Amino acid sequence: MSMAVLILLLLAGGVLAWQSERINPNLPRWVALLAIVVSLVFLLASLPPDRAVLVPDPGEPGDWMLYLKVDWIPRFGIAFELAMDGLSLLLVVLTLLLGLVAVASSWSEIDFKPGLFQANLVWTLAGVCGVFLAVDLFLFFLFWEVMLIPMYLLIAIWGHEKKAYAAMKFFIFTQASGLLMLLAIVVLAWQGLASSGQLSFSYLDLLGLELDPRLGYLTMLGFFLAFTVKLPAFPFHTWLPDAHTQAPTAGSVLLAGILLKTGAYGLLRFCIPLFPEASMEFAPIAMGLGAAGVIYGAILAFAQSDFKRLVAYSSVSHMGFVLLGLYAWNQLALQGAVMQMVAHGVSTAALFMMAGALQHRLHTRDMRQMGGLWHQAPRMGACAMFFAVASLGLPGLGNFVAEFLVLLGLFAVQPWLTAIAALGLITAAVYSLWMIQQAFQGSPDEQRQMPDFDAREMVSMAAMMIALIWLGLYPQPVLDLAQPVLDGLQQLVPGASHVATVETQATVAAGAGL
Amino acid sequence: MTPADFQALLPLIILAVGATVLMLQIAWLRDSRLTAALAALTMVLAALSCRFAQEVAPLQVTPLLMADRFAFVFCTLFCLAGAVTALLSADYVRQHGDEPEEFFLLLVLATMGACVLAYAVHVASLILGLELLSVSLYALIAYPNKSILPLEAAVKYLVLSGAASATTLFGFALLYAATGTLEFAALGQALGTSNSSQGLLLVAAAMTLAGLAFKLSLVPFHLWTPDVYDGAPAPVTGFLASVAKGAAFIVLLRLFLDADLFRYRILVEVTGLLAIFSMLAGNLLALLQTNIKRMLAYSSIAHVGYLMIVFMVCTDADSRSLAVEAAMYYLIAYTATTIAAFGLLTLICADDADRENIQLQQISGLFWRQPVLACLMLVALLSLAGIPLTAGFIAKFYLVSAAVSGHNWILLFTLVVGSSIGIYYYLRVVYYMTRRPEEHPVVPEAISIWRGRMLSLVLIAGIVLLGVAPESLMHYLRSIL
Repeated sequence: MSMAVLILLLLAGGVLAWQSERINPNLPRWVALLAIVVSLVFLLASLPPDRAVLVPDPGEPGDWMLYLKVDWIPRFGIAFELAMDGLSLLLVVLTLLLGLVAVASSWSEIDFKPGLFQANLVWTLAGVCGVFLAVDLFLFFLFWEVMLIPMYLLIAIWGHEKKAYAAMKFFIFTQASGLLMLLAIVVLAWQGLASSGQLSFSYLDLLGLELDPRLGYLTMLGFFLAFTVKLPAFPFHTWLPDAHTQAPTAGSVLLAGILLKTGAYGLLRFCIPLFPEASMEFAPIAMGLGAAGVIYGAILAFAQSDFKRLVAYSSVSHMGFVLLGLYAWNQLALQGAVMQMVAHGVSTAALFMMAGALQHRLHTRDMRQMGGLWHQAPRMGACAMFFAVASLGLPGLGNFVAEFLVLLGLFAVQPWLTAIAALGLITAAVYSLWMIQQAFQGSPDEQRQMPDFDAREMVSMAAMMIALIWLGLYPQPVLDLAQPVLDGLQQLVPGASHVATVETQATVAAGAGL
Repeated sequence: MTPADFQALLPLIILAVGATVLMLQIAWLRDSRLTAALAALTMVLAALSCRFAQEVAPLQVTPLLMADRFAFVFCTLFCLAGAVTALLSADYVRQHGDEPEEFFLLLVLATMGACVLAYAVHVASLILGLELLSVSLYALIAYPNKSILPLEAAVKYLVLSGAASATTLFGFALLYAATGTLEFAALGQALGTSNSSQGLLLVAAAMTLAGLAFKLSLVPFHLWTPDVYDGAPAPVTGFLASVAKGAAFIVLLRLFLDADLFRYRILVEVTGLLAIFSMLAGNLLALLQTNIKRMLAYSSIAHVGYLMIVFMVCTDADSRSLAVEAAMYYLIAYTATTIAAFGLLTLICADDADRENIQLQQISGLFWRQPVLACLMLVALLSLAGIPLTAGFIAKFYLVSAAVSGHNWILLFTLVVGSSIGIYYYLRVVYYMTRRPEEHPVVPEAISIWRGRMLSLVLIAGIVLLGVAPESLMHYLRSIL
């Protein structure tokens, strides 16, 4: 029940934030902040104390941390079915925390209809939480689509100069691929009907379905396409730079920090376990796309002069690692992929917040017009430096652990691809440092008056720094939380026998990460 | 006729009596508010009477009409849609015509024609219903006599629709020559045993189908649609797009089901082709429009194309009941959504003479000027685009399920492509509605009518309810079959 309440709390918080604008235009951001904090506290308070860490294999409803099932449309065997395990918990908490960052980053930026802005922001969070919690495929699809609408409005109303184009492209890409997923979901459910005589959209019922290989492959592609568009993986990424660049700061933070992770989550939770054989057959192509994304994203990032666009392309590059890790499908690589989802969420959110702060102060995102900012705003410079080196994978920070684990796991499966993907670490250093050089170093423009970060901004930045350092130095809690889930998922996909030789001790990896 | 017969025909009787009362009332006292209220009341009563009439269902009343629950569902739907149209047009026609009262009389008659089509199991009742509907619509389209566009639209519709009716009639005449019967079911049986030439039957089928495809504005019989939709008064366009099309679809479906025409592979494949053409052409042409009414006209072509998928699905006997169920749900969702979308266009602009011609510019920034109306439009557009939490999504889900069950992969693929294209032009309207005041030229301030707002809220609630809690309606529709 508490999961439904969590989503309702966010929805209601959004409505309150929207209406509170009538009283005072400064009120909505406080209401939004409060709604997210209350949801977070509520979620943590309602976790069962005895099972806070251990979640055995999925498939047994009783084994979920939290589980809720209410019949919704019995005609089609659709239920309002939510479930939470360590992985969902991790991602929901990330969602809510980055939601706080998003509210903070838009604190003084929004002049036009601040109430509706905060409402859309909080509603997006509600939709994303739904995506991470739903285990009925119909319900999952519903959240998947519904979360787009507030996000679309955020970009279309409060975006920058080319917002109409960007918002439209974002929506059409996701929606068109989503329709293919809907088709795949229905096909899957009908296969379930044929084999068990019972029409059901529940993940638990559809797991382990015997599928005709060709049909299974095509259905898997429907899911894969929807998730890789969102991720985004190499040829389907073109919506991302536009959407991220044109979105308001809070929108970029949400997009990069959370929405991209729904794609990765979908692959991990649904695409691979539902179609084990087809996925393993497809894995080399998927990993190829991942490696291509790593390199291609990095090269394009280096070519940008727009601060936000650079960060956006770097996301393409980093999410390539997630795709690689997921399809390598062994313990180390999966842990790395999950870690990357969290670490990239935090580091990119921070970089977008930085971009938003720069644009707010300088009214430009063009790095050629920046230069020497470090002298004028040393706190900003230091923060930018920190997150740039986090993004390039400096040991000791979360992103390094993630990328290292992915490469380690991948090496057992695809040594050559690992070698190519490892080049991504070098290129990441090139574009990250290039960004710092262009924007923060060099000689400053003496005419420019620029306030440095204030206390609010420093608090958000510091929180994210602490998170990244913690993830880098002591990643064990996160690994522990995800471990049982990943174990369970791996049992569902026996096809990964060719990597069974890998030592699947996350603790070893964590030690290596240090 | 027995009392049960009268009971079964109660909705039609109420509509007929209501039309007579309206005529007398207009003769006695010209008061457009009263007429509008009476017309709406008549149609609501007729809708309510379906519940009572249903007790004797299924009952064949004369060879012409079949009073089964299938008929009552659509009778209720058409009457409610007619009532909403009457309420929406109340203020509209007063500003646009000299004598607004007869408008409502025509509306009741058109609704009655649609209801007859829902009952029809005989070619004679099909033609009667179709003509009652079409002839009323000619006059309804031409009703605003202060501008030229409606007149042009009405003449176009009159000429083309007349030609289509004649084609259908001729097709049925040929069928009669071949089989000697006009009842749907008997027609189907006679076709199986008929020894007339294949050529004759083919021509007959082609003419019948072409005539009905015209009424449904399926590609390539769609050329009249944008002009007529554009020129007609907005509430009438809504009625035309939802009730008139729905009624034609229902009777076509009934004809195919009763006569079991699904045996004839080639005939069904033609409907499949019509569906594919309509889905693609409707969506592609809608992309080019800046006039919202023309855009919605093309989108309605696409939607009937989606709906036509069920004919192909019905060839698979196992999926037939699901397909019919899907068609019924889709029609209900589509009617509610279309009425809402055109209802908004009715309410949206201040009374200027050029009201029939609504460009995207005119709804610029509507979110900030008229939040309730803009929300209605948002919900209606999302429903047309098939986004979850709206009726349109469940309807599309139904269709996809039916088509998956019948293994119609080509149609499904076209559906996905068509819907993906569709998102663009629906969202463009949403984008225009969210433009900030400084981004658009000064637009006339919209008049805010509380009646309009109330209706908007009811329609929003209806569409969202159908999208969030569809189970009871699904259950009911399933029990019909």
